[in-house]
Amino acid sequence: MTKQISINEFVLNISDGKPYLVGGKCLDCENYTFPIMPGCPKCAGTRIEKAKLGDQGKLWAWTVQGFPPKSPPYLGENDPEKFKSFGVGYVELPEVIVETRLTENEPAKLSEGMNMELKLEHLYTNGEGEEVMTYAFSPID
Amino acid sequence: MNDVAIVGIGMHPFGRHDGVTGMEQGAVAVREACKDAGLKWNDMEFAVGGSAAAGNPDKMVSMLGLTGLQFTNVANGCATGGTALATAYNAITSGVYDLGIAIGFDKHPRGAFASNEPVHPVDGGLDWYGGSGMAINPQFFSIKINRYMNKFGISHKTLALVAAKATRNGSLNPMAWRKQAFTTEEVLQSKMLAYPLTQYMFCSPGEGGVAMVLCKAKHAKKYTDKPIFLKAAVMRSRRFGSFEVKSSWLPKEENVGPTVDASLAAYEKAGVGPQDVDVAQLQDTESGAEIMHMAENGFCEDGEQEEMLQKGETEINGRLPINTDGGCIANGEPIGASGLRQVYENVLQLRGQAGARQVPNDPKIAYTHVYGAPGISGVTILSS
Repeated sequence: MTKQISINEFVLNISDGKPYLVGGKCLDCENYTFPIMPGCPKCAGTRIEKAKLGDQGKLWAWTVQGFPPKSPPYLGENDPEKFKSFGVGYVELPEVIVETRLTENEPAKLSEGMNMELKLEHLYTNGEGEEVMTYAFSPID
Repeated sequence: MNDVAIVGIGMHPFGRHDGVTGMEQGAVAVREACKDAGLKWNDMEFAVGGSAAAGNPDKMVSMLGLTGLQFTNVANGCATGGTALATAYNAITSGVYDLGIAIGFDKHPRGAFASNEPVHPVDGGLDWYGGSGMAINPQFFSIKINRYMNKFGISHKTLALVAAKATRNGSLNPMAWRKQAFTTEEVLQSKMLAYPLTQYMFCSPGEGGVAMVLCKAKHAKKYTDKPIFLKAAVMRSRRFGSFEVKSSWLPKEENVGPTVDASLAAYEKAGVGPQDVDVAQLQDTESGAEIMHMAENGFCEDGEQEEMLQKGETEINGRLPINTDGGCIANGEPIGASGLRQVYENVLQLRGQAGARQVPNDPKIAYTHVYGAPGISGVTILSS
């Protein structure tokens, strides 16, 4: 099996094949952000620490990306012949609402409030033969 | 405080103009605006210019004339044109200047806006946000209107009605880019770009230029028989809890967007309310934006848009005409110019010079609203 690596450990960690998102928590007002930020947008505090975010939540809003994103910045497949539409939305986690890809791309199978869990999604294979993975939330049956 | 009048307006047609730089389009608009006021470039005491992708506006003095005037460059995403006007307005209300010009122009490559600069911090690593396929404006607008539609009962057909109206109005506007009127059916059947929004519901990045000459209201009659008074020009940025383009996260506490804040401040400054407005130009990056902005600017309650659109109340001859020049959907989005395009249209409407798209019954109060990334809004209120 090829090695799977995170697109960027600043936001996504992979531990024993399981993903988790890394955000920031303000120690003054307890506001969470994703990713971690050097200043708190809520209280303007600067005492902020890294925080592991929950991996389950509810779908808050969504769409389906129907055309290939421009590259750069997009790192996935954007050849119009091979491009497959993908869901994008916001998932409400216990700490914060995060924007994320969705594993589901059919509008009829997506609805606000449905239960979702964090998964890894293949983006591309790099020059070293490693699979570069991003994060995506998937409906829980 | 000094009142402000608009005494000259100029525009370079919107659309695609191969071989003409964005700045040249801006210069054409400046010359037209000066001519409209019976003035020359060297009469201008100051200029404020905005452009996102067509060069620093102050460079245009090399083609307009090196008069030594104060020239300030501004940039506020899609609200850049509105910012240029608000800055010029402040320069005159403060009493520092008597006469000046606000300028906006742009020229963007084809396709959705994209940037090579990461939107969010990357800590030295790969651009995880854009790289994963999330830094895309149409995506955000689709997510936002999809949630809004579910919450307030807006139908797909109503989205299409907005775009059909825009293209119909655009077909009456000689300065518009898109002059083909689409039916609601054609809009609904065009390619689904990002559910629930189809291709014909979106504006496209484009080209164009607009300029307008402003002066202290008490001097306005020197330059024109029909001065239009700028009663308010307000800019606001987002507060904690508003849902804005390219947000990688949102807090759980929801708050109103910058449009609501800018709108309320503008009404207060102008001493009028939404019920007094005779014609409005609202940011319509896509159909859904116009619908949400109708409520955010105070013209209806959330959800009432469904009935208003179905009844044709926002048509040129309706109760509250919206985007009479075809809006961004028919004119395209040259970021630096759009906010001024809206004001240009309102000046024509208040002067009674809007031709085939003239709002009937002598409109007296006109309203503009622009919205730009990463969460900024500009509102103006004009009166005849």
